[in-house]
Amino acid sequence: MTMNNQGRPTRPEDTASYTPFPTHTGNRALEIAEPLIFEVGDFEGTGVDLPKAEGIKPRIAGFDRQHAPHLPGLAEPEAMRHYVRLSQKNYAIDMGLFPLGSCTMKHNPRLNEKVARLKGFADIHPLQPQSTVQGALEMIDILAGWLKELTGMPAVAMSPKAGAHGELCGMMAIKAALIARGEGETRTRVLAPESAHGTNPATAAQCGFTVDDIPADETGRVDLAAFKEKLGPDVAGIMVTNPNTCGLFERDIREIADAVHEAGGYFYCDGANFNAIMGKARPGDLGVDAMHINLHKTFSTPHGGGGPGSGPTVLADSLAPYAPVPFIIQDEDGFRLVEDIEGEAKDAFGRLVAFHGQMGMYVRALTYMLSHGKDGLKQAAEDAVLNANYVLKRLSAEMTPAFDGTCMHEALFSDEFLKDTGVGTLDFAKAMIDEGFHPMTMYFPLVVSGAMLIEPTESESKQGLDQFCDALLGLARDAKSGDQLEKFKAAPIYSPMRRLDETQAARNPVLKWTEDAPSMAAE
Amino acid sequence: MRYLPLNDKERAEMRGVIGVGAIDDLFRDVPADALNPALDLPDHKSELEVEREMMALARKNNAAGDTAFFVGCGAYRHHVPATVDHIIQRSEFLTAYTPYQPEIAQGTLQYLFEFQTQVAELTGMEIANASMYDGSTAAAEAALMAKRITKRRKVICSGGLHPHYEAVIRTNLELIGDEVVFAPSNPEGQGGLTDMIDEETSCIIVQSPDVFGHLRDLSALADAAHEKGALLVAVVTEAVSFGLLKSPGEQGADIVVGEGQSIGNAINFGGPYVGLFAARDKHRRHMPGRLAGETVDADGKRGYVLTLSTREQHIRREKATSNICTNSGLCALAFTVHMSLLGGTGLRQLAILNHENACKTADALSAISGVELLNDSFFNEFTIRLPKNAEAVVEELARQKILAGVPGGRLWPGNEDLENILIVAATERTTSDDIDRLASGLEQAIKG
Repeated sequence: MTMNNQGRPTRPEDTASYTPFPTHTGNRALEIAEPLIFEVGDFEGTGVDLPKAEGIKPRIAGFDRQHAPHLPGLAEPEAMRHYVRLSQKNYAIDMGLFPLGSCTMKHNPRLNEKVARLKGFADIHPLQPQSTVQGALEMIDILAGWLKELTGMPAVAMSPKAGAHGELCGMMAIKAALIARGEGETRTRVLAPESAHGTNPATAAQCGFTVDDIPADETGRVDLAAFKEKLGPDVAGIMVTNPNTCGLFERDIREIADAVHEAGGYFYCDGANFNAIMGKARPGDLGVDAMHINLHKTFSTPHGGGGPGSGPTVLADSLAPYAPVPFIIQDEDGFRLVEDIEGEAKDAFGRLVAFHGQMGMYVRALTYMLSHGKDGLKQAAEDAVLNANYVLKRLSAEMTPAFDGTCMHEALFSDEFLKDTGVGTLDFAKAMIDEGFHPMTMYFPLVVSGAMLIEPTESESKQGLDQFCDALLGLARDAKSGDQLEKFKAAPIYSPMRRLDETQAARNPVLKWTEDAPSMAAE
Repeated sequence: MRYLPLNDKERAEMRGVIGVGAIDDLFRDVPADALNPALDLPDHKSELEVEREMMALARKNNAAGDTAFFVGCGAYRHHVPATVDHIIQRSEFLTAYTPYQPEIAQGTLQYLFEFQTQVAELTGMEIANASMYDGSTAAAEAALMAKRITKRRKVICSGGLHPHYEAVIRTNLELIGDEVVFAPSNPEGQGGLTDMIDEETSCIIVQSPDVFGHLRDLSALADAAHEKGALLVAVVTEAVSFGLLKSPGEQGADIVVGEGQSIGNAINFGGPYVGLFAARDKHRRHMPGRLAGETVDADGKRGYVLTLSTREQHIRREKATSNICTNSGLCALAFTVHMSLLGGTGLRQLAILNHENACKTADALSAISGVELLNDSFFNEFTIRLPKNAEAVVEELARQKILAGVPGGRLWPGNEDLENILIVAATERTTSDDIDRLASGLEQAIKG
């Protein structure tokens, strides 16, 4: 048993339960069990050499922290190894296909990273004089121009810090517009299709609206009749994802827009799947009033293990006056940030973030746009849709497509093909890990039983897709054969960790390391 | 196109397999008159051309490193060890997604667990989440959390709160009909807050060091809030201050939110940043955002997963604690790596250096005739009053490549009482030469 300096086991002895010859360390070549920094680090030490302090008498009015924070400092080689070892326990888009539907894991060009680190972008302060950041303001203005042209919308609020934050921006603009119309108190209901991202109803609720679900029809799209029945004078608007989370284009989008407008409401479009139609179709031509764009999905800024995202929100003329501060205008003196809610931006619904949004993401997104150009963006959307349909067609030989026909940029299956095999959706997904692939999105959208949503994106080669399809077809056949149940139940076998107990984590939450608490790991 | 692997021959083969003739057969659900719009945008460019174009834009900005730099107010320019940027650029961190499959995402999950531990210790709180968008949005979420806990709808903001944070809180709460009460911003000090707390108050939000640099006694406010059944939300915009100052948790705060940009992250013109969010354990189910938790795998090995997700939007939809479905993962990693190098000892040393440079800067500036220092206490940022409009002075100094600080007019446009104040920040990057340049430049500008 390897113990740390607090006497906690850092790795259990039976890691070798599935290896023929246990090692003395418990490690297995490149697969190294990595303790927490708190178990190896020196609590008195530091891995940073700082200039010497002069010993000036502090002026902190008795607010001294009595002891330095109780956190270890690792020497640089220790820290480097620790985090490099941790990194090796992660799957990433640079390693292989990451088919998480609705998450859009596409290639992250390194040129984006290089440009984002230019000192003229990374080393400027949000509150330094605007005369000294004209290039930054111009850059944001150019990016805004691309977003407006690609979506056919006249205005854009740049500051939302993630897709869900962009939804909040759009719905707040709608709320502000309703208040300005004198209908802030009466229009309180927001319609949200069942296939909507869970953020949509959560956002509507956070803006003080009540949420009314709209069912999907048998084709996987908004049930038009049910939707129209729900319209009324208390409807603030509808939130539709298009292309939707079933991987389908809402072909009645204009009828939906017209009907909601006629009823006096607004049309919010969740633009999370804009990558399927960039350069191919513009939401502004289809009657949309507000839509956020996930720069990290559509325009290739890296997801970074879950953020940071960026969610600029395009707005129609009807909502543009209510856009939050700050925004950029150009006049004879150059580019200027408008920040005064009492003055020039008097109709603005307020402020969403302290500063100007995700500059680092803007730089990456614009770099990607310039690299692709309008021809390349269109080709990327076409390839994303082509790849998804190729996967849909090939996998349909053994798996159950959720709906008939073609799809947009993601292919949706149900777990019908696993019925009576004893293999569950989760088992199937975990078996994909052993084949060297990240699993697809599971159990979403909710309108399909045991949903499996696969989004290959345009980054995948035909050869890569064939390998992926061959593996999934093989797994489907294995499941149906009935004699490989054990493999699925044990999966994943070859990953750094085997199936993790999520129930225990939720039942008895351990959310930080503490010195005296026993580890959960087997003794 | 260098980012697209398919060639035309493969595209044709694949269309054949699918059984469509032309690519637009796959877009047939899009209204025909809206398909393939003419776009007024350029075609693709080579890597060299793109780099050249972006560099030209970058060069139009006056980078902080090319100036004597004293700008703070919620974003601080610190030295970031080279190791940090190297680690966050590793593909396995940079290009990973939310750790939905924990078996192949332990790298992300373990650093989030380390991040949560570090943030809890720094803030003096029992638990912390896996990060928020930034400090200001974290503050708004804290107000919403206090409402969920207390079931009350009135928030009190201290006048020392960063005005942009105030605006973000106001935007999020007033739109849903909640009451937000503000004490006026006053650089000379802040009294009377305790009298404002009543039985309707869900929380009182106080920043320390505040936007003027003053250190605030949170203990008395915490007691006053608790007496009326309200919560104390403490805001910290400079995470390095945790190294030297008594933590908000020690002073009785119920929720601590902060901006973590100072540790491991560049100033980036305002984002991406990393919001810190810490609370008492009893309130964990009311917390917004992601949480990484410890568990075991099928072999009994210790591992980590995202947990307590029954609070979240993807399960609870409109009943979720917040609509947030991401965090600032990579910025949290930068924070964690930098913090792991510093350790508590290093952070304390760093904080002392910051404080000493601020003391030296304050002494140099307050020695100038006509300049008045408004702080008795401060950490690495303080406020001075000038005999003339500070915005004009800052513009004048900017032309000499001295970025002198944040003038009152920038944060409180139209407020005549604050237009002569200048908020000045120093960090470990501030040199004696910088201080000399600022002091002599300011002296000249005041005379001129």
